Amino acid sequence: MESIAQQAVQADPWRSFAAGDWQNRVDVRNFIQLNYQPYAGDATFLAGATERTQALWAALGELLKQEREKGVLDVSADRGTSITAHDAGYIDPKLELIVGLQTDAPLKRAIMPNGGLRMVEAGLAAYGFTLDPVIKEVWSKYRKSHNQGVFDTYTPEILAARKSGIITGLPDAYGRGRIIGDYRRVALYGTDFLRKERQQAFHELDGAVFTEDVLRQREELSEQFRALDELREMAAKYGYDISRPAVNAREAVQWTYFAYLAAVKEQNGAAMSLGRIATFLDIYIERDLAAGVLTETQAQELIDDLVIKLRIVRFLRTPEYDQLFSGDPTWVTESIGGMGEDGRTLVSKNSFRFLNTLYNLGPAPEPNLTVLWSTALPQGFKDFCAKVSIDTSSIQYENDDLMRPYWGDDYGIACCVSAMRIGKQMQFFGARANLAKAMLYAINGGRDEKSGAVVAHGFEPITDDVLDFDTVMARFDKMMDWLAATYVKALNCIHYMHDKYAYERIEMALHDRDILRTMACGIAGLSVAADSLSAIKHARVHVIRNEDGLAVDYRIEGDYPAYGNNDDRVDSMAVWLTETFMNKIKAQPYFYRNATPTQSVLTITSNVVYGKKTGNTPCGRRAGEPFAPGANPMNGRDVHGFVAAGASVAKLPYAAALDGISWTASATPDALGHTAQDRVANLSHCLDGFAAAGGFHVNVNVFRRETLLDAMEHPELYPQLTIRVSGYAVNFVKLTREQQLDVINRTFHGSL
Amino acid sequence: MTQQHVVHAPLSQGELTGYVHSTESGAGVDGPGMRFVYFMSGCQFRCQYCHNPDTWKLHAGRQLTVEQAVAEIAPYAGFLKFAGGVTVSGGEPLMQAEFVGALFTAIKQRYGLHTALDTQGFLHANVDDAWFDQVDLVLLDIKHSDPQRYLEITGQALQPTLDFAQRLKRLGKPIWLRYVLVPGLTDGADDIARLADYAASLGSIVQRVEVLPFHQMGADKWAQLGLHYPLAATPTPTAAAVDAARTVFAARGLTVC
Repeated sequence: MESIAQQAVQADPWRSFAAGDWQNRVDVRNFIQLNYQPYAGDATFLAGATERTQALWAALGELLKQEREKGVLDVSADRGTSITAHDAGYIDPKLELIVGLQTDAPLKRAIMPNGGLRMVEAGLAAYGFTLDPVIKEVWSKYRKSHNQGVFDTYTPEILAARKSGIITGLPDAYGRGRIIGDYRRVALYGTDFLRKERQQAFHELDGAVFTEDVLRQREELSEQFRALDELREMAAKYGYDISRPAVNAREAVQWTYFAYLAAVKEQNGAAMSLGRIATFLDIYIERDLAAGVLTETQAQELIDDLVIKLRIVRFLRTPEYDQLFSGDPTWVTESIGGMGEDGRTLVSKNSFRFLNTLYNLGPAPEPNLTVLWSTALPQGFKDFCAKVSIDTSSIQYENDDLMRPYWGDDYGIACCVSAMRIGKQMQFFGARANLAKAMLYAINGGRDEKSGAVVAHGFEPITDDVLDFDTVMARFDKMMDWLAATYVKALNCIHYMHDKYAYERIEMALHDRDILRTMACGIAGLSVAADSLSAIKHARVHVIRNEDGLAVDYRIEGDYPAYGNNDDRVDSMAVWLTETFMNKIKAQPYFYRNATPTQSVLTITSNVVYGKKTGNTPCGRRAGEPFAPGANPMNGRDVHGFVAAGASVAKLPYAAALDGISWTASATPDALGHTAQDRVANLSHCLDGFAAAGGFHVNVNVFRRETLLDAMEHPELYPQLTIRVSGYAVNFVKLTREQQLDVINRTFHGSL
Repeated sequence: MTQQHVVHAPLSQGELTGYVHSTESGAGVDGPGMRFVYFMSGCQFRCQYCHNPDTWKLHAGRQLTVEQAVAEIAPYAGFLKFAGGVTVSGGEPLMQAEFVGALFTAIKQRYGLHTALDTQGFLHANVDDAWFDQVDLVLLDIKHSDPQRYLEITGQALQPTLDFAQRLKRLGKPIWLRYVLVPGLTDGADDIARLADYAASLGSIVQRVEVLPFHQMGADKWAQLGLHYPLAATPTPTAAAVDAARTVFAARGLTVC
């Protein structure tokens, strides 16, 4: 390691790179465009895992097993974390090519009281740890947290809406996340260059009128400058001088990772995404390959090693939080592929190497590998993506052809579906408003259907025995006005306080000074609300009220078309809901920091919790029953197969949901074709077809043997798992045990 | 899942109509790519291992005009152009040959999509050669290679199907030959070898042979229809048996899966 570092000092870090503007000012995109090599070939060049990689992964495997058993392996409860709070930590320093851990040991979690001390205490208590009394004293007596700030400003109505769950998942007690630092900048420029640039930005404001905005910005620039110093100090603990640019591929990977590591040392954001680093790093790898100082196997090792680190990013969270997000996700999203504005593909060999980690290290949910799909992608890459999806179910796809006109060709995905120009844009994450519940409030005049409490004031209930479509629409429209107003107010409180008390110093140090901010609102329960409207319009929905006059249930007479069947009669209602709520958000008088309002149809993991908090709905869904995730049709109501479901989802206009529209599709290998080759071609064609239809995002599940075995043990988790055998479809959980075993053997026997 | 409950306006007198049991919008196993599949009602065969006995009766489906039937693929035409095409299956589509022919023609003229006919071929003599102009591929199901056994399994004669294969050879129409491997019924080594010889003799029009392992997932349909399912106790073939059968075809230079 030392010899490489010493050699490096001698070398010009930018040797043999094409010169350009990027040398004079921070402009990573310009560097990429001038230097990257598009790759239109197939996957045959890829290298497998080396013994070193396997040994490192195996060493970690032991710890991961212990973690699974205990829930949390260990916590550094003795200090509030920061970029420099911990000494260097290793999995096995003899084996690691890329180093750096969030604390001083792998899987040992840090505590981040800036977000809120109560969350930290609850997280510790849940796993049998106790908080250091000094920390407790500091954070209860001397220092205020984001969480406290928010609750100092909330209105009674916001509190009631939060409690009832009509607005849920607000980042008022945890880090908002969804901010992507341009971590590549550290590799390309080194921290000295970046510090100077921040200093310059600071002094450019010396002569400005010191309004509150300018003062805030100056304080932030100073914090950013300091964070860059801390980043350098942190790297020095591992023996690296990152004040200068990276001189080779290994350093480029290491520098980029250090920058990301600093972010996850300091922030417990709901999603801590990585950005779009693969093709950037490829430039360094290609240079080293050409110089003969790196082999393909070594290049793959670097990416494997980086991905190992990304797989063990951990935060201390509470069981309630994990319930909301269905697990303990970190959303280390890396965006791969896409097309350039000049028509060249941004796929490089390194795009393949990132996907190849799913073979070398096995499937995993993190890092969240996200392919930016375009119908114009090279066929070799399309085929490899499809193959990896089929083998691992670990990739999600987003429509680059839809996003590029909005965000250019150097955007990345934060969390699941939120696109942002890297280093030039951030979002104020807004969780979600529950439209299904809003419809129930419209019917009940603002009273909560579960508690009976008045949450929205000043509304009259509908007293009809049979719901009249026009009446419901008129009331629902007004209720959405109320919801949008209450919701945006809450978000203004949250993000004002988050900037003030839990500012993302290092992530923002890796942004331009002047950036676009979006206020990323979201809706939950789209399919429930659309189906309910459809039922009210196309069938007869009788209201069942309790002795208190509260509508608590519905009886449907007749059939109604359900969303998810490519039927315009109801799909148009989902479109109307999406556009209408977006317009109501836009109509709000104020967005903190001039943010541009956007909206997502997401709820990718929280559909269960939203469902729990919502009573019986006019579509026939029972109280407590989970919502469909994201923009998905309700479970079991999309009866025309996944092509029809995808066509319905693709109708939702991206322009009215610029923060993303999520769809989760599942298929069995057999449904995709008889041979491996057929399956790859078919899935790739399906993705082209979905993208060409304007579909925004799809999670592709091709169920594996393990999944089906799990479904046999826990059928309640797989209500819509559908198995196809030539010309025939069945619901897996309704088969007898013998038939299930037959399906498993049939679907997975190795001779196809 | 399949669609079975769409209500259409009453039909005008004399217009050509067909009975469609159900449709499916995204199948990857009934021809090349992703297919929109029409399952036509009606079959004169009573195969012991049928997994769609609910399609046997001709009038079990929705009665549709060609216009109504072709309208069902309209929302998917763009997708299917990218991803695959349309397959007409059943039931036995040739039982409603006039309707199916008109349907293929409409699909071709309107959308230019790839078309496949999934058939056992028994009724081919009822249509003329021109009928096949609108068909890009025939998925030809041969249930058994021994005439006597064929009769036992299906209740019909083998010869018309063999004649049909010869006709397709003469027309130069591509075939995917499908063979369901049923333990104790169709897994005799000599029977498979005889079929493989025959398939090889058809030459290059046989683009692919699909050996489909028998499964028990049609059993509940037999029960729902109140029918006695003769293969209730028949096991599924072992992976080794499926491999062995495939090898027999492959050994004759056929593309097998």
